[in-house]
Amino acid sequence: MARTLGIWLIVGLVGACLVPWYLTNGGLLSLNWIGGSGTPENNPILLLALIHGKLWLLPVVAGFPIIATLLVLRITPAKRAKLISIIALSVLVYVAVQGFLVVRNGPVLLNDVFHVLGAEDGQAGLGIGALLVVLSYLFILTTAISMSGNARGDAFVIGLIGLIIALVAVFVFFPISQILLQSLKTDAGGYSVTGFLKRFFSGEVWRLDCLNGGTCGPAINSIFLGVLTGAGTTTLGLSFALIFTRTQFKAKKLLRVLTIIPIITPPFVIGLALILLFGRSGTVTTFWADLMDMQATRWLYGFWGVYMAQLLSFTPIAFLVLIGVVEGVSPSMEEASQTLNANKWQTFRHVSFPLMRPGLANAFLLGFLESLADFGNPLVLGGNFNVLSTEIFFAIIGTVADPAKAAIMSIALLTLALSAFVAQRMWLGKKSYATVTGKADSGQHASLSPKLKLACYLTALPWALFTAIVYSMIVFGSFVTLWGYDHSFTFKHYLQAFAIDFSNGIRWKGVAWDSYFTTLTISSVAAPLTAILGLATAYLLVRQKFAGKNVFEFSTMMCFAIPGTVIGVSYVMAFNFPPIEITGTSIILIVMFMFRNMPVGVRGGIAAMSQLDKSLDEASITLGANSFTTIKRVILPLLGPAILAALAYSFVRAITSVSAVIFLVSAKHNMATSFIVGRVEAGDYGLSIAYSAVLILTMLLAILLLQALIGARRLRRDNRVR
Amino acid sequence: MNSQVHGAVRFDGVRKNYGSVTAVKNLDLTIESGQLVTLLGPSGCGKTTTLRMIAGLESVSGGQIHIGGKDVTHLSATYRNVSMVFQSYALFPHMTVIENVAYGLKVKSVPKKEAHAKAEHVLTLVGLAGFGARLPSELSGGQQQRVAVARAVVLEPEVLLLDEPLSNLDAKLRRHVREEIRQIQQDLGLTAVYVTHDQEEAMAVSDRIVVMKNAEIAQEGSPVDLYEHPNSAFIADFIGDANLVQCGITKTNGEFAEVEAAKRRMQIRNPLGCEALANMVIRPQDIVLSKPDRNPGFSGTVTYAAYLGSQIQYTVDSELGELFVVGGATPQPFTKGDVVGIQFDFEKVRLVG
Repeated sequence: MARTLGIWLIVGLVGACLVPWYLTNGGLLSLNWIGGSGTPENNPILLLALIHGKLWLLPVVAGFPIIATLLVLRITPAKRAKLISIIALSVLVYVAVQGFLVVRNGPVLLNDVFHVLGAEDGQAGLGIGALLVVLSYLFILTTAISMSGNARGDAFVIGLIGLIIALVAVFVFFPISQILLQSLKTDAGGYSVTGFLKRFFSGEVWRLDCLNGGTCGPAINSIFLGVLTGAGTTTLGLSFALIFTRTQFKAKKLLRVLTIIPIITPPFVIGLALILLFGRSGTVTTFWADLMDMQATRWLYGFWGVYMAQLLSFTPIAFLVLIGVVEGVSPSMEEASQTLNANKWQTFRHVSFPLMRPGLANAFLLGFLESLADFGNPLVLGGNFNVLSTEIFFAIIGTVADPAKAAIMSIALLTLALSAFVAQRMWLGKKSYATVTGKADSGQHASLSPKLKLACYLTALPWALFTAIVYSMIVFGSFVTLWGYDHSFTFKHYLQAFAIDFSNGIRWKGVAWDSYFTTLTISSVAAPLTAILGLATAYLLVRQKFAGKNVFEFSTMMCFAIPGTVIGVSYVMAFNFPPIEITGTSIILIVMFMFRNMPVGVRGGIAAMSQLDKSLDEASITLGANSFTTIKRVILPLLGPAILAALAYSFVRAITSVSAVIFLVSAKHNMATSFIVGRVEAGDYGLSIAYSAVLILTMLLAILLLQALIGARRLRRDNRVR
Repeated sequence: MNSQVHGAVRFDGVRKNYGSVTAVKNLDLTIESGQLVTLLGPSGCGKTTTLRMIAGLESVSGGQIHIGGKDVTHLSATYRNVSMVFQSYALFPHMTVIENVAYGLKVKSVPKKEAHAKAEHVLTLVGLAGFGARLPSELSGGQQQRVAVARAVVLEPEVLLLDEPLSNLDAKLRRHVREEIRQIQQDLGLTAVYVTHDQEEAMAVSDRIVVMKNAEIAQEGSPVDLYEHPNSAFIADFIGDANLVQCGITKTNGEFAEVEAAKRRMQIRNPLGCEALANMVIRPQDIVLSKPDRNPGFSGTVTYAAYLGSQIQYTVDSELGELFVVGGATPQPFTKGDVVGIQFDFEKVRLVG
């Protein structure tokens, strides 16, 4: 253990003595400070504190010699561990506190103190040196805790817990708290709770005027839309799931495709396709207008358009969830019912359906959550129908920037989303009739009664056809010169976006290349990090016991419920200023993707790890391997498919994400989705659709590639996991 | 390996709570080195928790655990010199048999060649020479079980732990494998702790048995001790079958007591010094059934008779209550409804509380 402490002590000393403490001009990872130590900003903290008069930084460095002394001092191990952890924790807290207090125009109360310390000019954002020093103290702290006899002395596990807690605290709770702070701000510059409450519960957010002809507040619109979308997607999803699992339907494979498509579709693409069909100059609209001799209307832009787009977007998700639910009803229950002389309809009505009810509730809440968080469709189709996610966006980006309004709307959205999330967790926790026991449950699911089967076919199949038409629009639309006016075949959109000029070496001439490459790079960097973070969290949740595990689990899964728009706004508010100043960099995008997509990895990891018998780990541990070796040699090799799935999901979700991205992109780091949204707003549908098609194709290729790998892995571990 | 001195395990007032549930209460237990000690008890009695605390897989809520004289209470499983055979075997499915057996050596940085040579040796010991290149999934249940044992003993642990190692084998194989485990343990002179809920298995393999009930030790001793001298009705019933017949004690005189049951007085051994109310322990095979008119004694009616080949099991409704009787397969067995006379040797009956 002392060795581990020594290593982290060295890391910390390197961070304190050799690399710059502050963010340098080139960014966090740039190396331009080497050789350029002339300016104070490029100095390590040791020199800053001793030579450049930044005295308040001294305690940060002082921790290291004290800990080193404690290591060689002759005291009982328990006492040593306790003292070291106290010191490491105090330094960490001090770093945070000084980061918030020592800023330009810091607290008036401390002016005199700051003057003495030379701190009145504030300081730059934390840099690579600070990162190393903080990590060093963090792991010294966790190692010391593990030495004090807790958690059976596993330094690796405690270090992992500490790291994840620290990351979630900095990149989830800190930004969210910034929103809360912002919303409490008054125009005068102070903070007021009553002012916040007054504005929060005002008609601006919650008005109900649409009941008598006016327009409702965005929160009401969001709830209304969410409830209808949840109900709609659950009904459609159930129909699909019943057809898929309980009938002899011929084209089941095609239905399967339907479940993969939305994963690789950027959220606004459905909206775009709908515009091509039902917009002012859309095919269907003009057809009807000609037929009925009516004026083409803009009915699509508003509630109905958004609702339709959301149903199309989220039904497949409900389908995916409900397949599991419908299959989870044990066949023996249905067989028991039938042997008790119930007919197929009675069996469904009184046995199967009640058993599915918690699953249906889950699917409904999922649909509600997705609808709340959806940003792309309301942005493209919303018109005057305002929902919270778009209101937040316009409050930040619109002609009159109003951060307070954005904060208030964010809190409303967050409250709704978290309530739904909590409701979902409680419902699932209390009322799960999971009848999958792990025992082989032979027997056949009851087939559907003829009436129910007909009802399912009548709802699901037209919808499937409609979905197919909508998606084919994406292909057609990209090859048509100008939809609705000039239907001649053309490659011009693709050329405009993706032309390459070979005349003078390779020149990436197309307008889309820039954002395309950025997207691929950032997604490929973010994907493995997300997968690691997610799987590590899953490992802790499934395999380790520690105090506060429930809170830990809840807060990591909560990241899933925080709508992207809220994340985007909170990151802008939190990371635009020191101590952590990373807006405009690619780091903020990567970090955002990590925490937004982590729950996918967590869930995949939990599912996969729950299937691995825990005694495998225990066998490894009792044979003398430590947790790290156990993960490396036993768990990871057996998790192959789950790792690849987590990688694929995080990669794809990073590409399709738009809601949070749109706040965080910069001229230097523009992402494909925000580029396309810009083009859509400019009315450039051809290019947008062509680019979207290329994105979908890219992701399809990535998924197929990964699936080929997963398939290969499966063959090797066939039947080998007991 | 034979010459190595193996350490003993000592529990001093060890407690384990899961929240408000007590899994193990103030356990004091010493396991002598070189012995195979079985923790026996009904499910939920705390035996597996006790085993896992020796392994270091469960933390301790209070008290100390010593292995080989060293306090290991706060030492993690990785650093304890014990190894374990799991109920599910927990063979790593992605490693071959030899990789599985050599795993513990490998993580201790033993050179690969040496590790494989040792593993090969131990595989020969368990009768699996030549199976090294196979995957666990390509072995039968019994073979997997032996790989699990080989993987545990190759490390020459101070204590070998076995968690219901036979429960996944079919009944016929079980007897064979438990003999093998006992043989290996004695050949290598290992200290072993064995958990099971099957009393017959415990009797067959153990030097000593620790019977646990409700998170506490109910009784410990050699198999003979437990069977011949049960200290409670629970033990009498749990170790071997027993008919417990409630009786009143009318007089005690030293080792014996005069008891009354079904209006008849008897002199019964009273090693525990019971008073007033007690239970007579009558083993099923000690009861002899006869035609009713032949001898004075108790009488009853056969309510159930099961022919098992080597023996016949009867359930008899008698003045002493319902009795379970095992009789030899006599040429003319009794059948359901027969009225029978019941005799048993008072010498063999014991009183328990």
